[in-house]
Amino acid sequence: MLRFILRRAIATTILIGGVVLMTFALARLLPGDPARLIAGARADADAVAAVRERLGLDDPVGMQFLTYVSNVMEGDFGRSVVTRRPISEDIVTFFPATLELVLLAACISLVLGALLGVLAAVRSGTPSDVGVRGVAVLGLSVPDFWLALVFQLLFFATLGLLPFGGRLGTGVTPPDFVTGFMTLDSLLAGRFDLLVDALKHMILPVTVLAIPSMAITIRVVRTTMLEVLSQDFIRTARSKGIRPVRVYLRHALRNALLPIVTIFGLNTGLLISGAVFIELIFDWPGLGRYTANAIASSDYNAIMAITLVVSIAYTLINFLVDLSYSLLDPRVKLS
Amino acid sequence: MSSDSNLIRRSQSLQFPGRERAAQIVRFATSSGQALLAVCIVSFILVVSVSAFGAFILDIHVTAFDPLKMNIMARLEPPSGEHWMGTDKIGRDMLARVVAGSWISLSVSFAVLAVASVVGTSVGLVAGYVGGWVDEVLMRFTDLFLAFPALILAAAIAASFGGGMVSTTVALAAVFWPWYARLIRSRVLSLKEQEFVAASRCLGASHTRLIFTSLLPMVWPLVIVQATTDVGFVILAASGLSFLGLGAQPPTPEWGVMIFESLTHQPASWWLAVFPGGAIALVAIGFNLLGDSLRDRLDPSLGASEAGV
Repeated sequence: MLRFILRRAIATTILIGGVVLMTFALARLLPGDPARLIAGARADADAVAAVRERLGLDDPVGMQFLTYVSNVMEGDFGRSVVTRRPISEDIVTFFPATLELVLLAACISLVLGALLGVLAAVRSGTPSDVGVRGVAVLGLSVPDFWLALVFQLLFFATLGLLPFGGRLGTGVTPPDFVTGFMTLDSLLAGRFDLLVDALKHMILPVTVLAIPSMAITIRVVRTTMLEVLSQDFIRTARSKGIRPVRVYLRHALRNALLPIVTIFGLNTGLLISGAVFIELIFDWPGLGRYTANAIASSDYNAIMAITLVVSIAYTLINFLVDLSYSLLDPRVKLS
Repeated sequence: MSSDSNLIRRSQSLQFPGRERAAQIVRFATSSGQALLAVCIVSFILVVSVSAFGAFILDIHVTAFDPLKMNIMARLEPPSGEHWMGTDKIGRDMLARVVAGSWISLSVSFAVLAVASVVGTSVGLVAGYVGGWVDEVLMRFTDLFLAFPALILAAAIAASFGGGMVSTTVALAAVFWPWYARLIRSRVLSLKEQEFVAASRCLGASHTRLIFTSLLPMVWPLVIVQATTDVGFVILAASGLSFLGLGAQPPTPEWGVMIFESLTHQPASWWLAVFPGGAIALVAIGFNLLGDSLRDRLDPSLGASEAGV
């Protein structure tokens, strides 16, 4: 077991090294002279040269890469052109809001996707199967930034049921910062009115964010369940007189767990990507909106920093998914 | 006698090369409700976009149907008998713009998939066929591209290349090729153990000959099926990039750009966002369904595969 973890850890470390190298290469490709960008358009040649000197842009590429790696290790990504603050501080500030959104969407898409997938597999060929598969195709095909807009038009502008965006109503003082999760912080402060307000603000973004990953989960669960359900032990369980629901959820779903966990890991990438659009449209003060703004204002330092941090996090999540295989299924060979 | 009839049949098929193909398409389209729906949607999209492309190339300007013609007197008009999808902030006809957007999106998508499938298939073929350390190196390189969330990598690459349509194409090809490499490699690994490959090798076929005459014909249907499904996903991703300002730039009638431009006119002018987005969804649904139907036809045991996103 330990050897297995170690091997996966080494592979993951190498992969992260590759991610750092690739981000560095992309940053080197950036259009324009970075020194000129930082010094400003009206700076004279000497000032630009001074900035080049300070940033080490005249060093050999290998040297620059080492500097980059050591900066990254210290969490130094430079300053954002937009917020004028160190990017690492920005990331810490904006991260909790995104995590709250993504975690909730991940849970909802997993549970709903699994249930609908099981339903479609069990009722294979019936109208409910066709309906669920239709939902899955729609969920994969409809652009999320568009769906976010349409929901906003419908539920805010036309029906007036839900707020336009943000995490709390305008003029509402947020609860004391403890976890950075608006829901948890309002609970900790004992403010149920704030909790309700925060939840109201989360309904639309979480729903839109969850839809594409739910659609993928449905497809994977349906396909795997169809395979599992055709096996002998399911027939045995049924003929023993176990209630169908128990057979489906206890016996079959448990044996379909591996692909579900794999897709859960891959879906986090989809959720992170989706958050960029959804936070922009719902004015959600998280990393996604920060990224969208960085792109809009050509804040390359910030774009590259986010790319690096988010991809490392994504790689680590998939590392955990790999490790969970052996816990979920003892038959998975550890070697 | 039999050679005569063979000759006749061959000459007939030479005379009417399209007839057998057409019959195949009709059989496929009528094989299930899903296939029929898919073929209808995709044919509709192809007809619309080819006409729009033709009009662009031949520089035909149908009055009242020009995607760039402004009319300040008719700004932000809701859908009506005259403008079926309304008009935008400088009075351009939305229907004309959505139609013109179809060939832009489709051509970006085809370009991306051409690059991604050729690169991915080559890497997959070589990795699977050669094996050993070559396989190891190529597949770890492939994994590197999959270590990034797709849109984040695409955005970083597009930003590095300075934005615009060419950057979008490069960025999306970089995101999509690894899936082709993996798909083809796994198929080649099982194919190369089969007897017809061994037989061919015993007959003295060279590596190049084996790859091109034994393996490639067996894997290209997979590539076609995957690429068909991916047309929709590429269009989704491309419109997302232009929505963020990294792809096509205004006044290009690209669907993502149009939705972004509509943001400042919400919620009053809903038609500015609803129609371009609906067009993206329609294309994605059409190609998704077509890809699934083709996959069922090709190998029912494969089932619906995981999306390549």
